[in-house]
Amino acid sequence: MDMTGEGGRIARDAANRQPRPGEYLAWRVGSEEYGIDIRKVQEIRSYEAPTRIPSAPAHVKGVVNLRGAIVPVVDLRLKLGREAGYTASTVVIVLSVARRVAGVVVDSVSDVVDLAADAIRPPPEVADATGPRFITGVASVGGRMLLLADMDTLLSDTLGVS
Amino acid sequence: MTATTAAADHDLTQFYQVFFDEAAENLDTFEQLLLGLDVDAPSDDTLHAVFRCAHSVKGGAATFGFSDMADLTHAMETLLDRLRRHEQKPSTQMVDTLLQAGDTLRALLHCRREGGEPPATDGLLRALARHCEAGAGTPAPAPMQAAHGMPAQPGGARDLEMLVGPPATAAIADDLIELFAEVSGGGRLERAGNAPGQAGDCVRFRLNTTASDSEVLDLCSFHAPRDAIRLQPWPAARAADFELFEPPPVLPAAASALSGTPPAAAPAPAAAPRTAAAETIRVSVDKVDQLINLMGELVITQAMLAQRAGQLGTGAREQLVGGLSDLERTTRDLQESVMAIRMIPMSDVFNRFPRMLRDLASRLGKQLELRTVGEATELDKGLIEKITDPLTHLVRNSVDHGIELPAERIAAGKSAHGTLTLSARHEGGCIVIEVQDDGKGLDRGRIIAKARAAGMDAPDTMSDGEVWQLIFAPGLSTAEEVTDISGRGVGMDVVRRNILALGGTVELDSARGKGTRVRVRLPLTLAIMDGMSVGVAGELYVLPLASIVESFQPQAGAIRTLAGGAHRVVKVRDEYLPVVGLRDAMNAPPPDEAAPPMLVVVQAESRSMALEVDRLVGQQQVVVKNLEANFRKVPGVSGATIMGDGRVALILDVPALVRCSPAAQAVPA
Amino acid sequence: MTTVLAVDDSATMRQMLASTLTQAGYRVIEASDGADALERLRGERVDIVLTDHNMPRMDGLALTRALRAQPQTSGLPVLVLTTEAGDELKQLGRAAGATGWLLKPFDPVRLVEVLRKVAPGEPRS
Repeated sequence: MDMTGEGGRIARDAANRQPRPGEYLAWRVGSEEYGIDIRKVQEIRSYEAPTRIPSAPAHVKGVVNLRGAIVPVVDLRLKLGREAGYTASTVVIVLSVARRVAGVVVDSVSDVVDLAADAIRPPPEVADATGPRFITGVASVGGRMLLLADMDTLLSDTLGVS
Repeated sequence: MTATTAAADHDLTQFYQVFFDEAAENLDTFEQLLLGLDVDAPSDDTLHAVFRCAHSVKGGAATFGFSDMADLTHAMETLLDRLRRHEQKPSTQMVDTLLQAGDTLRALLHCRREGGEPPATDGLLRALARHCEAGAGTPAPAPMQAAHGMPAQPGGARDLEMLVGPPATAAIADDLIELFAEVSGGGRLERAGNAPGQAGDCVRFRLNTTASDSEVLDLCSFHAPRDAIRLQPWPAARAADFELFEPPPVLPAAASALSGTPPAAAPAPAAAPRTAAAETIRVSVDKVDQLINLMGELVITQAMLAQRAGQLGTGAREQLVGGLSDLERTTRDLQESVMAIRMIPMSDVFNRFPRMLRDLASRLGKQLELRTVGEATELDKGLIEKITDPLTHLVRNSVDHGIELPAERIAAGKSAHGTLTLSARHEGGCIVIEVQDDGKGLDRGRIIAKARAAGMDAPDTMSDGEVWQLIFAPGLSTAEEVTDISGRGVGMDVVRRNILALGGTVELDSARGKGTRVRVRLPLTLAIMDGMSVGVAGELYVLPLASIVESFQPQAGAIRTLAGGAHRVVKVRDEYLPVVGLRDAMNAPPPDEAAPPMLVVVQAESRSMALEVDRLVGQQQVVVKNLEANFRKVPGVSGATIMGDGRVALILDVPALVRCSPAAQAVPA
Repeated sequence: MTTVLAVDDSATMRQMLASTLTQAGYRVIEASDGADALERLRGERVDIVLTDHNMPRMDGLALTRALRAQPQTSGLPVLVLTTEAGDELKQLGRAAGATGWLLKPFDPVRLVEVLRKVAPGEPRS
């Protein structure tokens, strides 16, 4: 692996983790509301039971057919330690994560919000170091608090990204 | 625009790619022919063909002004011409020098394509000249363009040819022309057309001047460095570059068709026999892959149609049945044709070895004969690229550790030269590639000792097969010394890992004093496969049809248990096969109803087992998609496919299932 | 349109010849060696043959002799392309009945000039 290439990539990745001002898709898991950069969102679908993958952890529900591509579906509620129910309004957000495509199951999707740079604050310092590192910022929007999420960090291990 | 300027604008760079590709092929053929040449009884056809390869590369190199390549090929051609006219006999040393020249040409070609420091050719030019008996010590043949000169007229104006560059641009040319026009005494400078064989980034001028050479160079140095300028007398009488033997014949009024019959009738029969050279076209791999993807989509769509037709009422279905079955047949034919595009014969891989083995054998002082069997066996291009490195390692191993030195072989009552056999054949849905040598075989005792020394558990009761498998363990090298040829013990475990990653398997077999055989098995096509779908609870799984031996419903009590219920077996003809429940292997939920199970006998790597499932669903072609594109490798699963109803079904990795079934080893005789 | 049959086992050469001649207004047919050239001549009207010498199956001189031996093509102008001014090939060419020879690598302008000498008249007639 060449050093300049790697160095460049590290710098670029560090830059990417800073949430940029712009449009975010807001969605809920449990009582918390999260936001993800709209550029990463491919589409939103209703939940259908995926094909189960043996030996996968509980939060990996399986794989589905997305117009010919085999896409894994991860239940974010289980991943974040919440309860997971599957109703007619359960929703799957199809995202691009670490150069792959994956679907994540959430409780609901609210709307798209436009965040100005001054609305985004760095994430709160969490006392225990194993805290959620995937939250890269916090935004205030009209009384709501959105936790801005970096899916690459959250799902890399699950998806087997080296 | 004058004729000469038009010539200067003739851009040759558009032909570079064709030349690069063609020259690369010629160099490959050149090497193969030389390796196949019997120095003691050389075939005339071979000598002529080798000459033509060098000649062809020379022609192109000279045209594009690649003078280093042109000079080298010219020297090779001179020697080869003498050989083909029987003015000299070929020798092993000549072949060695020619092979080295071929390598250097490849390197020069690479530099032209990609840039980089080109290798020096002086040594080779001298060596080639030395081989030409009549020319001991004569300098390398002069490069292609030689201008005839007119002696300078002292005191009067001279006509000079001035070459500027590389590099030189049109801007520099205009600047120089203006400069000479303005400076009195400079002379008249005008642009001239490129000479044949001139490098494309040089500019040629004609200068008529009374100034001396150094004054001219001084003047030019305002716009171009002195060492980029060459002056010589303007060729007065251009060396004749064409001649007509007799007055041009009057163009025949009638058409020059060979056949007496009207042209319309003739072309059909003539079209039949054509040279292979005219019959191929180059296609980019991306285009082929796109075609294969589309083919895959077509197969899925066709399956969906068939499935939905099955759900229609009888009348509508009947109307569609004929059309759908035609569609299925055409799709299958189309699919076979498309997959065949990517299939390449194994000879492409095998052809790399003669040269490598020649060098290797001579370096080790061993004598070697290479036999190849089944070179016409075809394999997908993607697999060919990935199998070459592992195969190379296996071949090197055989030569390095397997084949003995000639003296040892004679002492053992064998022929002085060892034989290495590379073979390829189709078997079931796989291709089987074998590397076999008649060397000294594996030393069981030494392997066990090394394994123990490395901390592994290696009881003396291990079967030979199990001992050979130890060779694949990382860090185990049984070579007496680490040679630079095969490297350390990291070799074999990487080989095995690479082959497994391709969905294949590798086995070793050996007999002391007799030789060793390595057998590699690879799936034939990656993309479309015949599958049998089976059901467990509500889930559907697909088994590759090629790995299925048979399926049946066992009679009551046919399945026996062993070892207190831990393992189950079933008797199939004269064998007891281990029974593995797919439900357990896939952690699937228990069945809704107690239905009698079905057994599917599958086979992998010469072992069989019976897979227990709830039901057999059907047989169909499936498009294999891999999980790793968006997810990770799942053990026991080799891929996924989209069924007719749009749902994903996992394709089972039969060899992995067979390997992991513990029961397989406990079968009573 | 004046038609040239370009015979050379090198695809590079064929492409260059075809490109040069097509730009000059000729129609070009390609063949990869002498035998292929004879095939192409069946049922095709050709006005000039431009051939390399060193080719597999049937070389340039053998092609020339074959063309001269058949009444339909005995008057067809045949130019042999040769590298270097080797006298031997020229003499053999003359003996085989070639119309003339041309030096390789060729100057495109020169090539067209020579063809016009051999088959006068505008190519696009």
